[in-house]
Amino acid sequence: MRFIYPDYEISRNLSRCIVCRACERQCSNDAHGYDEDTEKMFAIDENCVNCHRCVSICPTRALKIVKTDNTFRENNNWKVDIIKDIYRQAESGGVLLSSMGNSKDYPIYFDKLLINASQVTNPSIDPLREPMETRVFLGKKPQAIERGPDGSLLDNAPPQLELDVPVMFSAMSYGSISYTAHECLARASQKLGIYYNTGEGGLHEDFYQYGANTIVQVASGRFGVHTNYLNAGAAVEIKMGQGAKPGIGGHLPGAKTVGDISRTRMIPIGSDAISPAPHHDIYSIEDLRQLVYSLKEATDYKKPVIVKIAAVHNVAAIASGIARSGADIVAIDGFRGGTGAAPSRILNNVGIPIELALASVDQRLRDEGIRNEVSVVVGGSVRSSSDIVKAIALGADAVYIATSALIAIGCHLCRSCHQGRCNWGIATQRPDLVRRLNPEIGFQRLVNLITAWKHEIKEMLGGMGINSIEALRGNRLMLRGIGLNENELRILGVKHAGE
Amino acid sequence: MKRIYVNEKWCLACHLCEYYCAYANSGQKDMVKALQGVRINPRIQIEEDGGVSFAVSCRHCDEPLCLKGCITGALSLDDGVIKVDEKKCVGCYTCILSCPYGAIMPSASGSAVQKCELCLENSAGEPACVKGCPNRAIVYEERV
Repeated sequence: MRFIYPDYEISRNLSRCIVCRACERQCSNDAHGYDEDTEKMFAIDENCVNCHRCVSICPTRALKIVKTDNTFRENNNWKVDIIKDIYRQAESGGVLLSSMGNSKDYPIYFDKLLINASQVTNPSIDPLREPMETRVFLGKKPQAIERGPDGSLLDNAPPQLELDVPVMFSAMSYGSISYTAHECLARASQKLGIYYNTGEGGLHEDFYQYGANTIVQVASGRFGVHTNYLNAGAAVEIKMGQGAKPGIGGHLPGAKTVGDISRTRMIPIGSDAISPAPHHDIYSIEDLRQLVYSLKEATDYKKPVIVKIAAVHNVAAIASGIARSGADIVAIDGFRGGTGAAPSRILNNVGIPIELALASVDQRLRDEGIRNEVSVVVGGSVRSSSDIVKAIALGADAVYIATSALIAIGCHLCRSCHQGRCNWGIATQRPDLVRRLNPEIGFQRLVNLITAWKHEIKEMLGGMGINSIEALRGNRLMLRGIGLNENELRILGVKHAGE
Repeated sequence: MKRIYVNEKWCLACHLCEYYCAYANSGQKDMVKALQGVRINPRIQIEEDGGVSFAVSCRHCDEPLCLKGCITGALSLDDGVIKVDEKKCVGCYTCILSCPYGAIMPSASGSAVQKCELCLENSAGEPACVKGCPNRAIVYEERV
């Protein structure tokens, strides 16, 4: 006997269904079937993950997925999800897994911040008529201007990343996402003048051509790391932590370690790729400094080194240590950041919101006089151009996006990546599913998204009377909180609306 | 001359091209009305075997064997497009036998043949299979 009733029901409008069977052919979860005798389609609700592949592909709009109205007796303490989780664990005896980000009902501070606009005294700027700068440079900034004997300015800037828009695609490994998804990200980065991140699965040899727009990651498993890899990218990122699962490493099941993935990761076919929770050679900031400089040595001091951490309780002090470790950029990943697979309890209960982490890190670095030592990049559910504007006003140099990027290329947030059967060809390695994502389409959708966001950022900057994104950074007077308590306002460093 | 080309790398074998073809040639304005309860007889067909699939429709050959074999002059090459005149076709099926791609088939009546005419003659105005393909596995473009 199964205790769990399906979460979703497939609703088929029989007056519109033409029995083309596209839903059946496209569902990798076998939630649709065709009955030869009655010549009708049928549905198996318990297989449905609500990914909307069938809904989107149905040529007559005959399908929709509805949340079941089958109900337990109302209980504010024992909510439906809690009861079902207990049933699941009582059946399996295992750790619950889920994917993508923390979906629980915690405050979203971006939605409690409001952006300023100019009226009368400081005129707003029309970006369609006047130049507006969205370019940013990421990396350590020089302490002082240096001049040569003839008085000319010397270029004493350490290596920098140059971004046309303050957005980068954050780390998603080849393995966690498909070859075609990586191709979309790589090509879009090149077209947009930004960067994407390999994640910890190495870099497929086909994508070395996009190296100038690639950040190569070194994580605790060191999968796919070698000299050519390090030098193929524009920057090297040390992954210390991930917002979705602070304190634990990644785990790519052996079933996904197939073909090119095994070669790219430099591990045997079929072996589980388990990244240790810590880097076993890093137990202090001094140890981190050694890795930072090892990587700089390996790349001839020509590439900035990023250190990525999850936003945890003591994030400001950790970021301060990173700024002193020689790293050029610190990337902070908030608790809503995505993942291809993580234990649900960690996903939903560990870490802190990126808005609070960012504000406290920026303030701490400024207080200590070392803000110029590192650029700050934040990720963990940056959902729109207004989230970007707010992040930059809170002190970020740029943002990392991943979930938004995947949504742009088809992800419908069914949060089933860990099952490896992504119907949209993103979080899967099954060849028949991978080819559902034609990079020609996906790449253009990413370019469209970031181009649209760039327009919107310019509009918002112009509204504030600012013509350069650099002039917004850390400009918290451009923000006001709404519905926030004094502690929250103090940490965010913003006044309440009306003040 | 623009032609329909297929790229099997991106074909999902969803068979929607067949349904869009049948709809475009149905003369109806509503897909449900056109296709519900109908066993379709499309002019484009998916071939699939062992994980490989692609759509096959008329190649509009420069030297068409079908046209050479036609005994009544029902088939014609008009500005690069091979068209069939159902009024002239007597249903001898010589063209079906001679087409190396299997891209000509009997029409629903059985007394004539049908083939892809690039949706130039029907209400779609542009190839409906190309427009409806969810993964751009069928394209309509100029190639040298």
